[in-house]
Amino acid sequence: MPTLDLHHLAWSPLGHSHCHHQFQLRDASLQVGAGEFVGLIGPNGSGKTSLLRCAYRFSKPEQGEVRFDHQNVWKQPSRWCAQRIAVVLQEFPDAFGLRVDEVVAMGRTPHKGLFDGDTQHDRQLVQQALDSVGLLGFEDHAFATLSGGEKQRVILARALAQQPQLLILDEPTNHLDPRYQLELLKLVKRLQIGTLASIHDLNLAAAFCDRLYVINHGRIITSGTPHEVLTTELLREVFGVEALIDAHPLSGYPRITWITQP
Amino acid sequence: MIERRYALLLIALGALLLVSCVVSLGFGPARVPLEVVWRILLHKAVGIGEVSWSAGQEHIVWLIRVPRMLLGALVGAGLALIGAVLQAVTRNPLADPHLLGVTSGATLGAVIVVLHVGQVIGLLTLPLAAFIGALLSMLVVLAVASRNGRLESDRLLLCGVAVSFVMMAVANLLLFMGDHRAASAVMFWMLGGLGLARWELLAIPSATVLLGLLLLLGMARPLNALMAGEQTAVTLGLNARNVRLKVFLITSLMTGVLVSISGSIGFVGLMVPHIARRLVGAEHRRLLPACGLLGSLFLVWVDVAARTLIAPEDLPIGVATAAIGGLFFIGLMRKR
Repeated sequence: MPTLDLHHLAWSPLGHSHCHHQFQLRDASLQVGAGEFVGLIGPNGSGKTSLLRCAYRFSKPEQGEVRFDHQNVWKQPSRWCAQRIAVVLQEFPDAFGLRVDEVVAMGRTPHKGLFDGDTQHDRQLVQQALDSVGLLGFEDHAFATLSGGEKQRVILARALAQQPQLLILDEPTNHLDPRYQLELLKLVKRLQIGTLASIHDLNLAAAFCDRLYVINHGRIITSGTPHEVLTTELLREVFGVEALIDAHPLSGYPRITWITQP
Repeated sequence: MIERRYALLLIALGALLLVSCVVSLGFGPARVPLEVVWRILLHKAVGIGEVSWSAGQEHIVWLIRVPRMLLGALVGAGLALIGAVLQAVTRNPLADPHLLGVTSGATLGAVIVVLHVGQVIGLLTLPLAAFIGALLSMLVVLAVASRNGRLESDRLLLCGVAVSFVMMAVANLLLFMGDHRAASAVMFWMLGGLGLARWELLAIPSATVLLGLLLLLGMARPLNALMAGEQTAVTLGLNARNVRLKVFLITSLMTGVLVSISGSIGFVGLMVPHIARRLVGAEHRRLLPACGLLGSLFLVWVDVAARTLIAPEDLPIGVATAAIGGLFFIGLMRKR
């Protein structure tokens, strides 16, 4: 039973399909099942972010449908979506000195009416979210003073406080050092909710994703398990690079070694 | 723990404001002893105490200074609230009520009426004309700024600034070519002042500020989310355009009402939110009440300075707020 279903999407920036070949989507379909960790890989400008934006109801596709739980998301209010899908972006609320707990509490917004205050339950959820990203005790810290890795984890905590059924992450490991890249992905994996993430680092994608979709020039080229998808031919064709692929000595998933000699 | 500190801070600010309101009444070109002020207030408000003061003193305190003090508190609170939410919605810490284009629209309206129409309906003519000007410029900004059904905050601000320049150009041209005595009357209003305050004029600004505070408090969560960014707001289930449109309408109408009575008082809306954020943080349910109290407190005391510094002349209050505000900002920047 897929929870997220992107059905033959077409989209182009500002609706001008004749120019802007970058960032376009053309007939892109993708599914994320319940509890499944799905990775989206592709070169820069291939349409990864555009596809994610359609998935979290920011961009409206010109053709095709975005369905969640068999409902067309554009027939539902954006609040309906936000109660089910949480998103981790590279957009940080740096200005104005917001505190960590205030940023995390924003995740409760879709569950609240106009004049609703925070209940004990809300505060508990904020604490739990902070606990699961390892930032308990940081409530009073100013968000702007945190390191890049900590900020990313706070944003993830906000997504958790949203109590979503599906998590969408846009380049979640950008700007993180190896330790936090691994910790963040492990954490998301442990949550066992449906996840759709765009990932630049193909080795990380291979290690963590149940299935991968490869996007190029706005089209989904292929999809499948990391073993099925990550081949030397695909890397040459889509990314234009030569690589060796063997099995990771400990875990067995595909390991990519770039060939850097001319 | 934090909540208790916050509650104490609000109570302290409220108490300080109440005391300031009473004490400020003693200051002015004619000093009235605090004790007399107090007894006049008690007598007028609750009807206790013997009349032991001159009719002049009563007139000065009850008919001139009390309404003026109340107007100052209202305008200060209103401008500070508007500044705080505009800064959040545009994610621009330099946003200010007068950037919306409303103020220059009000100025143009006032200039046209004073120079070419005259006080056809008495004291209310100038505020009314100013408000109509404010309303028109708000509509112009809105029409220019919206594109493809979207309403981006950058465009709103830029259009506000652009419309401001055009309106001010026309207003200045009219002033330059017009009668100089009328021009100085408009000039005084433009520089900001609470001299128009009368009891009968207070109802509209108080309703405006109270209603504005309530509406903005109701939008506190959306405001918080917008502070985090446009896309984040959408992923939290908000219609960013709707929120921005509502905030723009609420703040423009508030600015229009306040400016038409008190002229353009600068820097309160820019500066007070920053001080308030330092005290209570940026979360809007906490920020807005503190912001309003601080704005009131600030303007009540600046008005005391305005009416005593060059007494018996009234110093335009906008001059005082701008001077204090500018120096404050330089201090703040040097500290960083």
